[in-house]
Amino acid sequence: MITAILTITALSVLFGLLLGYSAIRFHVEGDPIVDQIDSLLPQTQCGQCGYAGCRPYAEAMAEGEAQINKCPPGGEVTMIALADLLGQDPITLEDEEAAEKPKSVAYIVEEDCIGCTLCIQACPVDAILGAAKSMHTVIVDECTGCELCLPPCPVECIHMHPVKDDISNWRWPFPDQNGTPLPQGNS
Amino acid sequence: MHVAGSSSNRRKLWQFHGGLHLPDHKSMSMQRPPFEAALDDLLVIPLQQHIGEAPEILVKEGDRVLKGQVLAQANAYVSAPIHASSSGTVVAIDEQPVPHPSGLSATCITLQTDGQDKWDDNLPQTINDYKSHSANELLERIHWAGIVGLGGATFPSRVKLNPGPHKPIDTLIVNAAECEPYISCDDALIQQHAKEILRGINIVMHILSARLCLIGIEDNKPDAIAAMQSAISEHETGNVELIVIPTVYPSGGEKQLIKILTGKEVPGNGLPADIGIVCHNVATLYAVDNAVMKGQPLISRMVTITGEGIAKPQNMIVRNGTLISSLVEQAGGYNDNIDELILGGPMMGYALNSDKLPVSKGTNCILVTQKAESPQSPAAPCIRCGKCAEVCPALLLPQQLYWYARARDLDKVQDFNLFDCIECGCCAHVCPSHIPLVQYYRFAKTEVWAREEEKRKSDIARQRHEFRDARLARIKAEKQAKLRKKKEVLDKKKVGDVDPKKAAIEAAMKRAAEKKKKLQVEGKIPANTENLTAAQQRQVDEADKRRENTES
Repeated sequence: MITAILTITALSVLFGLLLGYSAIRFHVEGDPIVDQIDSLLPQTQCGQCGYAGCRPYAEAMAEGEAQINKCPPGGEVTMIALADLLGQDPITLEDEEAAEKPKSVAYIVEEDCIGCTLCIQACPVDAILGAAKSMHTVIVDECTGCELCLPPCPVECIHMHPVKDDISNWRWPFPDQNGTPLPQGNS
Repeated sequence: MHVAGSSSNRRKLWQFHGGLHLPDHKSMSMQRPPFEAALDDLLVIPLQQHIGEAPEILVKEGDRVLKGQVLAQANAYVSAPIHASSSGTVVAIDEQPVPHPSGLSATCITLQTDGQDKWDDNLPQTINDYKSHSANELLERIHWAGIVGLGGATFPSRVKLNPGPHKPIDTLIVNAAECEPYISCDDALIQQHAKEILRGINIVMHILSARLCLIGIEDNKPDAIAAMQSAISEHETGNVELIVIPTVYPSGGEKQLIKILTGKEVPGNGLPADIGIVCHNVATLYAVDNAVMKGQPLISRMVTITGEGIAKPQNMIVRNGTLISSLVEQAGGYNDNIDELILGGPMMGYALNSDKLPVSKGTNCILVTQKAESPQSPAAPCIRCGKCAEVCPALLLPQQLYWYARARDLDKVQDFNLFDCIECGCCAHVCPSHIPLVQYYRFAKTEVWAREEEKRKSDIARQRHEFRDARLARIKAEKQAKLRKKKEVLDKKKVGDVDPKKAAIEAAMKRAAEKKKKLQVEGKIPANTENLTAAQQRQVDEADKRRENTES
């Protein structure tokens, strides 16, 4: 009886020390879960979730303060990935309408641009080029389509253009339920 | 040199897993000798006819160009230039529908031919003695000629022929298997140009410093075998072996052919060069010979126009940019009751929605099918029979891939090595439920690529956003530092905040008072104070009084 108690006590002390030591020895700076969440978010930095960008939203989720369904650009795919990562049940998106919007990029009507630089200041990824009283333009490859440049424009010369499907980004469609069989040799 | 029978007896042949014995339908297009297709008035030349970066256009609308002139030059390493297929005028550079499963348009250069078909005078010199030229010179020539893998993959040949110093190449494998039913363009090309192909082989062996060349050809092409054999025995050149392999689909797959001929397997994420092998199609080697020995770019190729829906199935030598509708017309037109127009073979090709599409470098076959008497039944549920796994030449588990692709589980499909799938279509062909399996794999592959691209883009966006945040923080900090500095300067000034004039007066008065005190202490009296008039005395008194007042 005594031996058993002593053994268990000794073991718990031993493992306690081991755990305590590891906690100090292998201490991780920062919060890796925030990084993991952040890497799943689409990085549009659009603020549609109500936070100042993707990372603040990731931090809020890591804290358990925010739901996982607030990211319209990420859509259902992102929500499910977040649910997987955080061990939660998938829920419906808060704003399903916004999630169904096709991916777009901003386009500045250059004849109308007055060169006020307000959109440049609004762009979260520095995708707008220009200088005061000079025409501005969008670097299409860098634009995330967050639409944050639309409200500041005093002359409303920024429009969202949906990204055109071309051969380089075309995807094979999901086969329909009846099946569109491949052409086959007549055997 | 070895003759077919003896070489196949001598050299041990291996087998790849699975595969199918399909009715080949090849004789259909081999009944008539190949001819050169008529030159069309309009040639629509797609800018991108290869895997890699698009070339940069050098001409503009209205330019007169000569046959063989470079229309767009390749600036990237993995890229290929395109050339004018005939002489004429550039009438348009715009978006035109191109042969692609999406049916989308891409940039094309449209030539109005002048019928003279005049070669460009500035073509490079012919190289008759290729052995005296370095591999780099010859590679440069192959790159200039715009040669890409003509078996259908259209990967720039220069890149494939330059595996780098750390990957020595021992064996060149020449793919003459042509395993897919209906297609016979390589067969026709070998019969016509065995000598040139052999010369192309020797040039490529010289470039790669390869020790051995194995030509793999299926045993259903006796005429091509005979032609190649006589070429080999006539020109006792390198160590070139013609090996006749049994007809099994897909023995013409690169990895499958390597397995048959050498018994080696190409590693999953690797290239044949990793095991000392480079594999090229016969048509590519013919193009190499043309580029080196004649100084001509790749502007035409052998194309099979065949199928039950074509009146006179036929092989044709077709200029790059010729419309499919024109070829069909030259092959006697369509039969009645046609079903689909397919680019490529029946197993791996894809249906086109129009025949007003140009032939490009990768076009090997145009197949027109007739409506089947009994339409294929729609897809039924998978019954897990496992037949697909039995025939898969890549040793995959097609039904697992199917389930995961259907569930859009992009991680799982990659765990099951989706990207080793060569899309040969064997699994779908044997599927008793007629499930379009390859469609699912193609869908999953492009989804994975799209996801990777999105991830790449979002990483860039994150980086840019973080950089911007850091920059804004830095600017703010700098501004604050500046303000602080200004404030400090102001504060310093405030400490001695008095009027300098006043201060000077005060200081002077202080000095005078001190001096007076000193004199009083020393008992000295100010000079000229004796014998003063009453008025003078009064003035002195007044001044003293004033001083005392201000001092106190």
